[in-house]
Amino acid sequence: MSDELIQRVRSVIANTQRIPVEKITIDSTFQELGIDSMDGVNILFALENEFNITIPDEAARQIRDVRQMIEGVEKLIGGGTVDAAAVTS
Amino acid sequence: MNRVAVTGIGVICAIGRNSKEFGCALRAGRSGIGPIQSADCATLRFRNGAEILGYDHRPYFDDKHADFMDRFAQFAVIAAREAVSDAGVQWTPELREASAIITGSCVGGQATEDIGFYNVYKLGQSRVHPLTIPKTMANAGASHISMEMGITGPSYTISTACSSASHAIGQAYWMVRSGIAPLAITGGSEAPLSYGILKAWEALRVVSPDTCRPFSKDRNGMVLGEGGAMLVLEPLEAARARGARIHAEIVGFGMSSDACHITQPSADGAARAMRAAVCDAHLMPEAFGYINAHGTGTQANDTTETSAIRTVFGTHADRLAVSSTKSMHGHALGAAGAIEAMAAIFALRDGFLPPTANYTEPDPECDLDVVPNVSRPAQIEYALSNSFAFGGLNAVLAFRR
Repeated sequence: MSDELIQRVRSVIANTQRIPVEKITIDSTFQELGIDSMDGVNILFALENEFNITIPDEAARQIRDVRQMIEGVEKLIGGGTVDAAAVTS
Repeated sequence: MNRVAVTGIGVICAIGRNSKEFGCALRAGRSGIGPIQSADCATLRFRNGAEILGYDHRPYFDDKHADFMDRFAQFAVIAAREAVSDAGVQWTPELREASAIITGSCVGGQATEDIGFYNVYKLGQSRVHPLTIPKTMANAGASHISMEMGITGPSYTISTACSSASHAIGQAYWMVRSGIAPLAITGGSEAPLSYGILKAWEALRVVSPDTCRPFSKDRNGMVLGEGGAMLVLEPLEAARARGARIHAEIVGFGMSSDACHITQPSADGAARAMRAAVCDAHLMPEAFGYINAHGTGTQANDTTETSAIRTVFGTHADRLAVSSTKSMHGHALGAAGAIEAMAAIFALRDGFLPPTANYTEPDPECDLDVVPNVSRPAQIEYALSNSFAFGGLNAVLAFRR
């Protein structure tokens, strides 16, 4: 899990939730951040655009915290680093 | 105050082109969910919908007439024709002038708009079709009914997402009850199976990749449906006096808003709407034998609705039958309340409980008698039909045999 990936996911969450990025740590739960189910869907949409990935509904349903979200993105972009070619947005 | 009779019914949806077919499918527990054919779903995360397969306007409208109507407005008129013919209404100039038309629709003619916007945004065309606006407006269904039938009384459309038709029927019920209108045509229609609309639903992540399994532990979302259903309402005494067939009586209507969340349901709001309907009917909760549930098949709705039913009905909840016919006709959004009111009326009139189809596994959080998969004979006196919309706007109708 690269620092770059962590930063980008944190920043997507911050922008979508309209909260300061400093509030978001890798260990924050959605509950702590006040992210409800609709907010979660919004964040997934923003992540899909940011990383040019498609997050399946089934995987999306399981996500409860920032760490799971980063791990999920990592899996979808294939490997531990952000592949520049995958980033088109 | 008048007692209010349902003297006419009409429906077109995935499980029937008319009320007779619809009733047979309900009793047989036959689901109309399958691959959507009227839109290309290759790039969607779901393929299935509750579609009126092979629908063509030609048996109902000539081409010129149909040019002026989005599919949702056609469904409204088709259902209204059947309902009015079924009621055997004897029109007089006075009756036409005073009768009301109140319809519900959520997305209206957005499928028409979808095409127009595709043409300008994607194809770079410089203009959209001039009928885009009159075909898109959500009141087009009510307007076409009024024009075709020459009805000039109060007519309007209610758009409260998935509660639209129930709010419409409730308003019409109160208008006939209070004597404002001597007759009302009311219900809802919807035709949301257009690519842009389907994409928007996909983004919300609430649509099942396979089928709608309300109250089942392995449920994984709703399935969109299309169709229209209309009722003719008249004062009971007047209906009896003219020897009309009475399908059922509407005895109560309750509304509430959650004031809570734009998409998440609230058990409190749902419970207050059910209580309000029971109270409007001047009944005790124990009088009811059947609830046609909102039962969308999402995780959130079905547990929340179960909890709301338990709050309102207490121990009587264990003696109630509660089924979701969305498992068969899908979630027809602004038409849902009318199609489901129809299902509740059939249950009362014909003495059977429509099943919850596609049910596979009990969920401890939905521990009601959901009439799994197979309809059952039952003589029920009173039934509720629940509608709980996105945005927390709830409408519940109470019917009597």
